Amino acid sequence: MPTWAQFVLLSAAKSVVVIIILLTAVAYAVWLERKVVGRMQNRWGPTRVGPFGLLQPLADGIKFILKEDIIPTNVYKPLYIAAPMISVALALMSIAVVPFGEQLRFGSFSTPAQITDVNVALLVLLGVTSVAVYGVALAGWSSNSKYSLLGSLRASAQMVSYEASLGLSLIGVLLLSGSLSLREIVNGQSGTYFGFLPRWNFFPQFIAFFVYLTAAFAETNRIPFDLPEAETELVAGYHTEYSSMKFAMFFMAEYTNMFTVACVGTLLFFGGWHGPALTFLPMVVQSFVPLFWFAFKIFLFLFLYIWIRGTLPRFRYDQLMAFGWKVLLPIALANIVLTSLYIGLTTP
Amino acid sequence: MAHLSPTPVLDAGQERTMILNMGPQHPSTHGVLRLLLEIDGETVVRMAPDIGYLHTGIEKTCEAKFYQQVVPLTDRIDYLCPMTNNLCYVLAVEKLLGLDIPPRAQWVRVMLNELTRISSHLVWLGTHALDIGAMSVFLYCFREREDCLRLFEAVSGQRMMTSYFRVGGLALDLPIGFLDRVRDFANKFPERVDEYEDLLTSNPIWERRTKGVAHMSAEDALALGVTGPALRASGVDIDLRRDMPYSSYEKFQFDVPVSSDGDVFARYILRVREMRESIKIVKQGLDGMPTGAIKADAPKVVLPDREKMKTQMEALIYHFKIVTEGFTVPAGEVYQAIESPRGEMGYYVVSDGTSKPYRVHMRSPSYANLQALAKMCEGKLIADVVAAIGSIDIVLGEIDR
Repeated sequence: MPTWAQFVLLSAAKSVVVIIILLTAVAYAVWLERKVVGRMQNRWGPTRVGPFGLLQPLADGIKFILKEDIIPTNVYKPLYIAAPMISVALALMSIAVVPFGEQLRFGSFSTPAQITDVNVALLVLLGVTSVAVYGVALAGWSSNSKYSLLGSLRASAQMVSYEASLGLSLIGVLLLSGSLSLREIVNGQSGTYFGFLPRWNFFPQFIAFFVYLTAAFAETNRIPFDLPEAETELVAGYHTEYSSMKFAMFFMAEYTNMFTVACVGTLLFFGGWHGPALTFLPMVVQSFVPLFWFAFKIFLFLFLYIWIRGTLPRFRYDQLMAFGWKVLLPIALANIVLTSLYIGLTTP
Repeated sequence: MAHLSPTPVLDAGQERTMILNMGPQHPSTHGVLRLLLEIDGETVVRMAPDIGYLHTGIEKTCEAKFYQQVVPLTDRIDYLCPMTNNLCYVLAVEKLLGLDIPPRAQWVRVMLNELTRISSHLVWLGTHALDIGAMSVFLYCFREREDCLRLFEAVSGQRMMTSYFRVGGLALDLPIGFLDRVRDFANKFPERVDEYEDLLTSNPIWERRTKGVAHMSAEDALALGVTGPALRASGVDIDLRRDMPYSSYEKFQFDVPVSSDGDVFARYILRVREMRESIKIVKQGLDGMPTGAIKADAPKVVLPDREKMKTQMEALIYHFKIVTEGFTVPAGEVYQAIESPRGEMGYYVVSDGTSKPYRVHMRSPSYANLQALAKMCEGKLIADVVAAIGSIDIVLGEIDR
């Protein structure tokens, strides 16, 4: 087989595997959220479908597919139909450059645990996530409904504003690691500080991390920044007029984005797949240990998302914008200056 | 048919504004309130509330019922505080009849009214927090409300539509062990209020969303007829329980929290404090609960005991006459106001000397408080409208009647 055919086949196979795993993870993230928020609120969460409600995502999926797909009369159809697809496609696309671990070994065959290893992966990610705002903006505009329009206006403004802080918060990490390749950023975090503290970017860059975290919440429209779909004000925001699978696509896109920002946060600030070596495990599973650590860190991120959702109220639109531009952005800029100064003074 | 419609019509004033129809089906208009908002971007330029989507004709229905049959109707006006409405109505009729109510009945009425206030405030707090995005508080509040409803179920057999008070007293005596259950609730409830406050009171996001939002001055509040916590939050110290005591409220010690901030936060913190005061009143009610009769000594008005009906001829006759013909009330008119969780709840009852009221009119606090909404919201953001609706604590059933 020629090399290019191998490459195509391998990439296709990896894409399929990653997308299946990702969508399953998304479905179970929804289950987890319902379960955890339920427990925080003295409820059980899903219990009826399967043990512990474990089949609930499946039931939800079937329900979404079988529901009547209503397209209101006055929508602009081409964009109305395209918008959820744009959202979900871009959300899935961003995962292509995310590395999940080191080499995966199956006997003599080995391949990196990543769909494509681009050397400007971080730029690709930022680019793809900023295009994602089109899905939301077009959905609101094409729905021809006032609530949708208001929701999408909010969403666009919010995503564009917080994109700036998000991007700037990452620059500190880039300065430290000197690379845009996610794999190299992670490899730069192996080892320890002072012999006990993991060499994670979180420790020197904790300001950047909090800016990133806040901006990431805003980017993914989660409480306390869930204004675009603030159900008590704008009914359901930009997806008010969507039903059935089209609604489910927005839903999937939102949760996939949560995974993406959790992945990026883990890779950039928490050493990605690095973790204590589990030497007691048999050799066969050893190559999956990094994957486990990666998944575990992402789980913690998701739990944080859910925890905050169970706790905090929602910002107001003007407060949100003021916070983004007047608080987060200056902090992110200050962090860049500080990091640059530190690097400039310590390296000859 | 537009000229026949009472619906307020707003024309978009300028090129840049648009009309947004909020409700009657909207997650945070607390039922079926409809608001017409003229918005410029997200800023509300003008607003007009539109009511009538829950019109039940209860006031008119009252005229076709015997006096005792009106009691269940009063539950359904304000379904969050049925006992308050029961009490107000029976007090009005008792005033017309000139009945003396035995102390035990009065104390039970006060105690249950304060529990009703707590359960009503819990629904308010939960939904208000939910409107502002704090989801968990909603479920915590409903957990305690559930306890309250179980207490109501114990006395009346019904969780919400209690109809427990009767003209002349109570329907039944308290069930065995009821006071202990109330005491358990009263002992654990203050901790639960602390829990809600932990989540909200000093939360920076909550403060930003509520402090200085939807401000209303004392003059405006008085001019618009606002009553209850919304009025006290604007600095006017009026509480009918203290200023015009009814049903022996004068024998209870409690504070009336007042604030002069006039914003959403003031209304929030006032109602939270009121819950704490209510639990104090409940505890006093438990400690000093008198024994004795639960019905007035008025055989022509109050249904006789079962035992008497089996042994005494007159009792049986009275029972038959009251049930089939009702009791007559001397001609006259009366206005009785009490402090409901939402403000001054008033019943205006006119009697023409027959066994059915000539007219029953309810002065509902929500109706008056709603008039202040436009004043609070114009020039503010849509998100503030939601906070303001929550802060005046309206119940649409009471507005439309």
